[in-house]
Amino acid sequence: MPTRKLGIPVIVLLTAASLVVGACGADTSGNDGGPEEPETEGITLYSGRIPAAIGGAVDIYEAAADRDVQVRFADTADLAATIVEEGKNSPADVFFAQEPGAIGAVAAEGLLEKLPDDILKRVPAAYRDPNGYFVGVTGRARIIAYSEDVPRSELPDSPFELTDPKWKGRVGWGPATASLQQFVTALRIQYGDDRTREWLEGMVENDAVDYPNNVAIRDAIANGEIDLGLINHYYVAQAIAAEGPDYPVKVHFPPEGLGSLVLTTSVGVLASSDRKDEAIDFVRSLLAKPSQEFFTSSSKEYPLARDVEPDPSLTIPLEDIPTPPPGDLFDVTQLQETIEMMEEAGAL
Amino acid sequence: MSGGVSASSPRWHALTPGALLGRRKPPAALLAAGLVIAAGAVLPAVYLLIVIAGDLGPALDVAFDADTGLVLLRTLALAAAVTAAAVLIAVPIAWLTVRTDLPGRRLWATLCTLPLVIPSYVGAYLFVAALGPNGMLQDALGVERLPSIYGFFGAWLVLTLFTYPLVLLPVRSTLRRLDPQLEDAARGMGRTPFETFRTVVLPQLWPAIAAGGLLAALYVMSDFGAVSIMRFDSFTTEIYVSYKSAFDRTATAGLGAVLVALMLVLLWVNSRIRNSRALHRLGPGPSRPPRPYPLGRWRWPALLGCSALVLIALVLPVAVLVYWSTEGIAGGAVSAKIVGALAANSLMTAAFAALAGGACALVIALLAGRFPGAVSRTLERMSHAGYALPGIVVALALVYFATRAVAPVYQTLTLLVFALTVHYLPLGIGPITAALGQVSPRVEEAARGLGRGPLEVFRTITAPLLRGGILAGAALVFLHAIKELPATLILAPIGFETLATEIWNQTTFGFYEASAIPSLVLLAIAAPPLYLLSERGTVSS
Repeated sequence: MPTRKLGIPVIVLLTAASLVVGACGADTSGNDGGPEEPETEGITLYSGRIPAAIGGAVDIYEAAADRDVQVRFADTADLAATIVEEGKNSPADVFFAQEPGAIGAVAAEGLLEKLPDDILKRVPAAYRDPNGYFVGVTGRARIIAYSEDVPRSELPDSPFELTDPKWKGRVGWGPATASLQQFVTALRIQYGDDRTREWLEGMVENDAVDYPNNVAIRDAIANGEIDLGLINHYYVAQAIAAEGPDYPVKVHFPPEGLGSLVLTTSVGVLASSDRKDEAIDFVRSLLAKPSQEFFTSSSKEYPLARDVEPDPSLTIPLEDIPTPPPGDLFDVTQLQETIEMMEEAGAL
Repeated sequence: MSGGVSASSPRWHALTPGALLGRRKPPAALLAAGLVIAAGAVLPAVYLLIVIAGDLGPALDVAFDADTGLVLLRTLALAAAVTAAAVLIAVPIAWLTVRTDLPGRRLWATLCTLPLVIPSYVGAYLFVAALGPNGMLQDALGVERLPSIYGFFGAWLVLTLFTYPLVLLPVRSTLRRLDPQLEDAARGMGRTPFETFRTVVLPQLWPAIAAGGLLAALYVMSDFGAVSIMRFDSFTTEIYVSYKSAFDRTATAGLGAVLVALMLVLLWVNSRIRNSRALHRLGPGPSRPPRPYPLGRWRWPALLGCSALVLIALVLPVAVLVYWSTEGIAGGAVSAKIVGALAANSLMTAAFAALAGGACALVIALLAGRFPGAVSRTLERMSHAGYALPGIVVALALVYFATRAVAPVYQTLTLLVFALTVHYLPLGIGPITAALGQVSPRVEEAARGLGRGPLEVFRTITAPLLRGGILAGAALVFLHAIKELPATLILAPIGFETLATEIWNQTTFGFYEASAIPSLVLLAIAAPPLYLLSERGTVSS
């Protein structure tokens, strides 16, 4: 039966072929220049930020320190959970978190190393861990994005106004996103639990539209699905940079109600690391002028280091934006209470 | 006699495997292999128990919370609706493409199976882009606003369209192995085609339907990508909130344990369905291939139905991807060399996983099918543990064990392949089990009676007859492994990127145009195994 035997050899051949091809193309990281660096010299970074967001800063460090940085890119929360499971066997040296809650959780498990004072002092106290285990690198501003069809005069001065019936069904938010959850945590700290719960319930009653992430909200405004959205500033700034100044979504920094809250992306060194000096060096580089300027010009985020000018699209100076007391936004317990409150209010 | 087969065909009996085979003991090597495989597959469940044991009170609170129960019921409803719809789509398509004279039926078979290669996190977004408010369809029709596709309906639609191939594959495979003499006998007795199908064909298809339906149901239980985009709060949403937002390891483990418990219940239900109607061929097999059923006028509605399905499930998503990719190329977002390297990585990982998954699934299926008993049943159930859980939970479990027990293997391709095998093992077991059901143990016993050793019998008799099922199982594992995301991000070696991780990179910040090319390449790589499956996945005579 000649045809019967054809299947298995074909499969084996295909598998062998794919193995050969795969072995040739295995390393897709950007390290394609120069000879192989010995493993002990380089450092390992777990980054919750995608390559486009940090690539430039990593290149700056690699060039200046002549050292290799191996980066694992994944979701921030997944990486935080991984670091916790790895414990003292973690191969990572540095953790760069997109949101404060994740790095707060890792610090709460005692897995981070205290950073030296010169690094901590590079950023204002509000944007770093009061205990010194991690430091903010860039600031992501919460704003209200609005459709160009909405007249400026109608824009709310504070997110609290969004529960007004005139905004029924016209506002988009992302209760599942870390940045909205951080915002709600900040509201609780600043205005108390009762007022925050009222706001959450009001938003749900006012048919605020639920999206899985900030990009979806921005796109929905561009499509005309909704008129306003509670998102982060740079999603709009990046779209404008890509599509031109005629992009139909604009940015409004509400002056009250923590409408312009700044959330930090933060970095910490793992206590389990064998290359702490190099890791700290890397953190120092992230806060130095060249990297900070890269962050603000490419991702349109606020540079948190004290002497760096922000991108022109960030029209409100950092000092004018109110901040909650230092450390509270990183507190995991606070975050868990926020999640509970949001679930009870029907927002999550 | 139980079962739906008429008394006029004494060669066929509806029996449980145990009654037919008696209490046979498996060869020691096979049993040992099965134990090792099941132990590996159950590692994620063990991890959950360890975490729960460390913080018992809160874990139980979460697991038995009333709200958790409500979400669970809602998710079960979705799983049931999706499974029912998937079966209702798959069985007619299977029959049309195997048993009738439908024009172009081999092409339809491949096209109807292709939606399986579209990852749910891409597919759902494509549907929203096409059919959602202010989507492409709305623009094309010039309508003010289409009815909302979000919520239960949208999730049901997307998940049905991407999981019905899981039922289609085993059903087609089984249908081709059926003995047409039975149906001829029934027709000869004056039964209508429909009655014949209902009383003769359908009972023989039950194992395949049950196997595919189980895979579809478990897939719905563990999916996150589609339900989050379609804005349906499912059980996995709860799990994600607990570890992504609240960083509550204990709550995550508690909810995961509920999923595993639920899976055991589903497995039990599934085995009741399967065994109550298990049919084993007692004779040597079909003496001739069945005559294609002439459709006549019905050809047109059939073609229309198939076209509609392929249009919605395949053409629509691919069209959106092609549209985006033209924008992506124009924007200069793509490099052929990088995409080639990514494709090579995806291919290699998936190929390894398919080999390992197919081999392990074969062991488990043989144990459960040929040596039934409490032990093999337990091993089979243990093998399903990794499939019901979301990929990230499987990944975290292996992070936990690897960093403590086998550190050199941590973050190597080996561990990633192990994770994918654990996660997708049931996909391999289903088709092999269905194929095994069509192979009579009597033939093997006859060969043993002639003096051949068990291994030789397997090699010369059973394996060739199972070839279709093995290929189907391995191909299913391949198709799922190639689009897997969370475990790859966490467990792959640093710098090892795949098409799936690249798609994730681009879509996180909304660069959908740039994600379209990797998505199309993913579909292109996954299509040939599907074709192989449809065409070669059977024995010639």
